[in-house]
Amino acid sequence: MSDRTHFISIWFFIGAMLLTYGVLIFGAGIYELYSPPAQPVVLAKLHAGIWWGALLSLLGALYIHRFRPKHGPSIKPDRR
Amino acid sequence: MVNSLFQHPVLLQATPSRLLSLSPVDLIIIVIYFGLVLGIGFYLKRYAKTSEDFFMAGREMTAWIAGLSFLAANLGSLELMGWAAAAYQYGILATHWYWIGAIPAMLFLGVVMMPFYYICKTHSVPGYLHLRYGESARALSAISFGFMTVLMSGINMYSMALVLKVVLGWDINFSIWVSSLTVAVYVALGGLLSAIFNEVLQFILIWAGALLIPILGLIETGGWDGMVARIQKNLPGGDYTHLWRTMGSFTDNPMGIHWTGIVFGLGWVISFGYWTTDFLVVQRVLSARDLRSAKLAPIIGSAFKMMVPFIVILPGLLALAVLPMKLVGEGEAVATGAHSYNEVLPLMLARYCGPGLLGLGITALIAGFMSGMAGNVSAFATVWTYDIYRPLLKRRQPRDEHLVKVGRWCTILGVLVSIGTAYLVMQFKSIMDYVQALFSFFIAPLFGTVLLGMLFRRITPAGGFWGLLAGTVSSIGMWAWVKVDKGALAYIALSSNAKDMAENMYRGLWSWVVCVVVTVVVSLLTRPKPDKELAGLVYGLTEVPSEGHLPLWKRPIFWAAVVATVFFILNIIFW
Repeated sequence: MSDRTHFISIWFFIGAMLLTYGVLIFGAGIYELYSPPAQPVVLAKLHAGIWWGALLSLLGALYIHRFRPKHGPSIKPDRR
Repeated sequence: MVNSLFQHPVLLQATPSRLLSLSPVDLIIIVIYFGLVLGIGFYLKRYAKTSEDFFMAGREMTAWIAGLSFLAANLGSLELMGWAAAAYQYGILATHWYWIGAIPAMLFLGVVMMPFYYICKTHSVPGYLHLRYGESARALSAISFGFMTVLMSGINMYSMALVLKVVLGWDINFSIWVSSLTVAVYVALGGLLSAIFNEVLQFILIWAGALLIPILGLIETGGWDGMVARIQKNLPGGDYTHLWRTMGSFTDNPMGIHWTGIVFGLGWVISFGYWTTDFLVVQRVLSARDLRSAKLAPIIGSAFKMMVPFIVILPGLLALAVLPMKLVGEGEAVATGAHSYNEVLPLMLARYCGPGLLGLGITALIAGFMSGMAGNVSAFATVWTYDIYRPLLKRRQPRDEHLVKVGRWCTILGVLVSIGTAYLVMQFKSIMDYVQALFSFFIAPLFGTVLLGMLFRRITPAGGFWGLLAGTVSSIGMWAWVKVDKGALAYIALSSNAKDMAENMYRGLWSWVVCVVVTVVVSLLTRPKPDKELAGLVYGLTEVPSEGHLPLWKRPIFWAAVVATVFFILNIIFW
């Protein structure tokens, strides 16, 4: 079996993905707030992009913090 | 920069529809996804050096990772596009494929069958048949599995290409090649480990991208009651929101099926066959780090499976309530230019999701397709390498590095064959019915063979092989009979009013019965294996470690009981 010392957890990758997408979606939602499109989607007044983007960013940041790669002892993703 | 990123929609459309307009931020989200899955593949290549790493992910996965991957491998195009389309056509009846058509079987796999698979340390389901019945049964199972797997993979590719054509205006051939080559690269590099990592990531992404549709849909309709009222107004006389109430007669429900077909055909044979013997999903559980994790993984998967209708079936029902246009079948859509059933999810995405959210939703769809495709390809590579290629070498025991190399080439070969089958799939009128037909050809008889082999030591190698063969041949024979003579439907599906899905359910049931009868009769006429050769493979001859020392909440059986209770409550609520 391959040596898995310093293996990066899958949950870290997921956190990075959620944070990246959250920031992009939040930014798009903020932009739409100040520059509403000519053809808004149904329920545009709820500004779902802002809340959803913020939620994804928060979750992503939490996962990145919790599962960030550490130096030193062996880290196996399957033990998380 | 911000203006150019968010303001101007990129018009890639073939028609001037809102559905087909993506902003740059949407495209960035899609590109990031492709970059991430490829990056994970390249990162994991260094950890996939041995055959145990490449084909079994080192057998080190936790119950959670194995469980989510177990579910995500199934969460392909059929789950997202196909079942949302089925919900629009048949209403809440489509939920049966998630609840009675999955939960009991997943729990049975975890509690009853997993110990046999795990303790014998097989690499695959055909591998188990080899240990239990011998080479003939393994060869038959491996070849039929390989055939079914590449067909399923082709279906995934076609579905993804269809989405990209409808939503992005991409050429269908280009979509098939780009997506399939991406899967080929990351699975060939990191093997099952890479497939599992990406499947877990895709599972989270699917929920993040799809969850907003039912939430916003329920807000628009004023909740469940408001949605039901709108459906009744739009479709007076039809019952689209009850699970069992209309199952008393073939003609009372839009699916044209009787409750016996759902309970015995889907809930027993098709469901148990798929969830307990299809190596595509079982492979994920075999990668668990110990027996307890292997038993817990399907139970965790079943809990999430129960929730999937919220992001798949509910959008289909909401579409019945809120969409201003009527969706039609694929053939009519091509002829008239109307939207087809299969476009229901993209249409709902376009209805509620602005820039950014739309990109996330589309990426979720693509992720679903790719996880299904990766599941098929990685399972195909394992079965081909271990159960078809290695037995051909006979006396020569291949080196470990050689097996990994063969696995990588099989992955690429599997993708190329799947691309070919994707073009065949385009000719079929209904993706779902086609897949159900495939299931009943191979899966239902296989379930009979594996179940009898696990539970009864008296079943012989000859009985297992001839039962499996007879069940498969009878299933194909019944399918062909109905194709040439529509009157046969009254015998096979018990009613000439039965529709395709009902026919598939009953055909699966009869082929399972044929398999069981032939297996038992042949076994009674032939000599069984000695008990010492069946140790670790059969009930009564396998020592399963006790879990008595564990606290209740750590025992798989406890969580299986919790899931089963919720399952019954949900069926009563939506009766």
